[in-house]
Amino acid sequence: MYERIREKLGILADAAKYDVSCSSSGSNRKNENKGIGDAEGTGICHTYTEDGRCVSLLKILLTNHCIFDCAFCVSRRSNDIKRAAFTVEEVVELTMNFYRRNYIEGLFLSSGIFKNADYTMERLVRIVKKLREEERFNGYIHLKTIPGASEELLHEAGLYADRMSINLEMPTERGLKLLAPEKSHAEVEKPLDYIQNSITKFESEKALIKSVPKFVPAGQSTQIVVGATPESDKEILYTANTFYQNFSLKRVYYSGYIPISYDARLPIIGSQPPLIRENRLYQADWLMRFYGFKVQEILNDLHPNLDADVDPKLSWALRNLDQFPVDINTGDYHMILRVPGIGVASALKIVQARKFGRLYENHLRKLGIAFRRARHFIRYADSPMQLKDYEAGHIKGVILAESKSKYQANPHNQLSLF
Amino acid sequence: MELYIFDGSLEGLLTAVFECYQRKSQVVKLVSEAHYVPDVFDAGHRVVSDFEKGKRVWKGLCHKLDKEWQLRFYKSFLSEQPEIFQHLLQFARYIIDQPAGASENFAHPDVLAISQMAQKVHREKHRMEAFVRFQKTADGIYYAHIEPDFDVLPLLPEHFQNRYADQRWIIYDLKRSYGLYYDLDKTEEIDLDTAPQMSIVNALPADLLDSKEELYSLLWQDYFKTTNIPARKNMRLHVRHVPRRYWKYLSEKQG
Ligand code: SF4
Repeated sequence: MYERIREKLGILADAAKYDVSCSSSGSNRKNENKGIGDAEGTGICHTYTEDGRCVSLLKILLTNHCIFDCAFCVSRRSNDIKRAAFTVEEVVELTMNFYRRNYIEGLFLSSGIFKNADYTMERLVRIVKKLREEERFNGYIHLKTIPGASEELLHEAGLYADRMSINLEMPTERGLKLLAPEKSHAEVEKPLDYIQNSITKFESEKALIKSVPKFVPAGQSTQIVVGATPESDKEILYTANTFYQNFSLKRVYYSGYIPISYDARLPIIGSQPPLIRENRLYQADWLMRFYGFKVQEILNDLHPNLDADVDPKLSWALRNLDQFPVDINTGDYHMILRVPGIGVASALKIVQARKFGRLYENHLRKLGIAFRRARHFIRYADSPMQLKDYEAGHIKGVILAESKSKYQANPHNQLSLF
Repeated sequence: MELYIFDGSLEGLLTAVFECYQRKSQVVKLVSEAHYVPDVFDAGHRVVSDFEKGKRVWKGLCHKLDKEWQLRFYKSFLSEQPEIFQHLLQFARYIIDQPAGASENFAHPDVLAISQMAQKVHREKHRMEAFVRFQKTADGIYYAHIEPDFDVLPLLPEHFQNRYADQRWIIYDLKRSYGLYYDLDKTEEIDLDTAPQMSIVNALPADLLDSKEELYSLLWQDYFKTTNIPARKNMRLHVRHVPRRYWKYLSEKQG
């Protein structure tokens, strides 16, 4: 009797896994009704897949039946695969039972489009409503927006979900039209815009009236597939930047395309997913969001693609050696943040610690910076005399030689951030 | 140098700080009873834990340390590491002797050691919050046991109580033989006479379990396998996130 539900879960989790978002943070839903769950504060990764991705949400499709035929998607109409569909009750029970055992932070629910957009969205809304109202579930819910769904349904969904997302899929309209002629970026922008406006409206009401309900408290996100179509990194990151600005997105996810189709428009099955490229895009995204870099500083017409061999922060530093060295004991915080090998936490510690006295090499090493990398770009109390300015190629050579093993041992795999 | 021996409790450690001032000691070496090797030539000073003395020192520290630092002090104490007792004693004296704000001096060896140890303990607390796997028992209690490197149990109630307010649960530390029990109202410390062994991971005997327990742990294992993308396999990254010593907690890693 276990077999049917196991098979369904197998099919519908498998079809959902290509959506890489796993975040469960940024919400402020507290357990105030003595119900179950708490989505306050930062999310928790309850386990990690063998490819090192965080697992914090039960990520499933309601169904993988779909009336569309997007070439990059396993659930596309023309693909000859097993199809399945959960009932509303099954999704609710799985979520509750996983949550109660501390397996997950919540639910990430998406779906293929069956019949039409509203019919599908209505089912999704019914599930989240049941979780919130009947089960008094306060855990995290990430709900996919179905393109073309009515504003009434979007509104209702927003009252129950913590985060909503809708994927751009391809970085440019041109790329999307190539693989999914039935789709457009405009139909992604419409619901993003509607929900963003509602969030703003709810927030301003909240300032006046305390009892205003929550509306998508963890905001919206989107995903861009990398490497299915031939766009440059610049096109990808500029699109991301525009969407961050226009729709106040919380996150843009970059998903290295994993070949799943023999379609001649796409990379062939068995080719390596572009994992280093994907990782570089995330690093660049971090530089924009946390390190104060403008997208034009990272990528521009002279430099339209991210380097494979060095991360974008180091790459920027090497292209802008005139801005270095930064004096650790007197330099501006924002410049210290730009030094390769120094992260946000150590930059903060540095500016705190230097109030008590000048910082020497041994202090810096203990504060947890990547000293061997940073030393090319900084001056400190006992830095050695430097007779001539080194040029970029030389520094890059030294850094690469020192970190060789790290980069060569596993060249196709995901690297960490900085 | 003077040798101070204390009973290993937080109260004892704070009392030791008090006595440094009372006895006008200069350099003090602090060891806990458990790590003390008697020495015929150096009898050392025995610190007797004293609630009032401890409270006065803690109050003095709270005066100069923000909430974050007070918690750091407590967390690094929970590490139970012999060398951290020494750092805590020196740190407390440094903070008391200096004007407020000295805790920002990360170039100071004791400040740094405590902030780093607190970070480690915090990381383990966070890992426990993530890796605890409850099993539902036949009488409706959700049970999990752990064997943390540090004594993080006292840091856990708030998180689990907020999250699982409507279910009874037990988290039991097998290494230190005590646990937490939440009874829908409050969380209390408990002892179990017959706690199962960690080697039979997360596996209470089947006759103690809820009839649906097997199904859900099976579905979770299935889910874990399905969600993996083989083309992206990267075990090095995987092990960095989930060090092998934690695998025993994870039902999805069994079988
Ligand atoms: S509409 Fe969604 S589920 Fe359907 S084929 Fe396109 S991407 Fe896949």
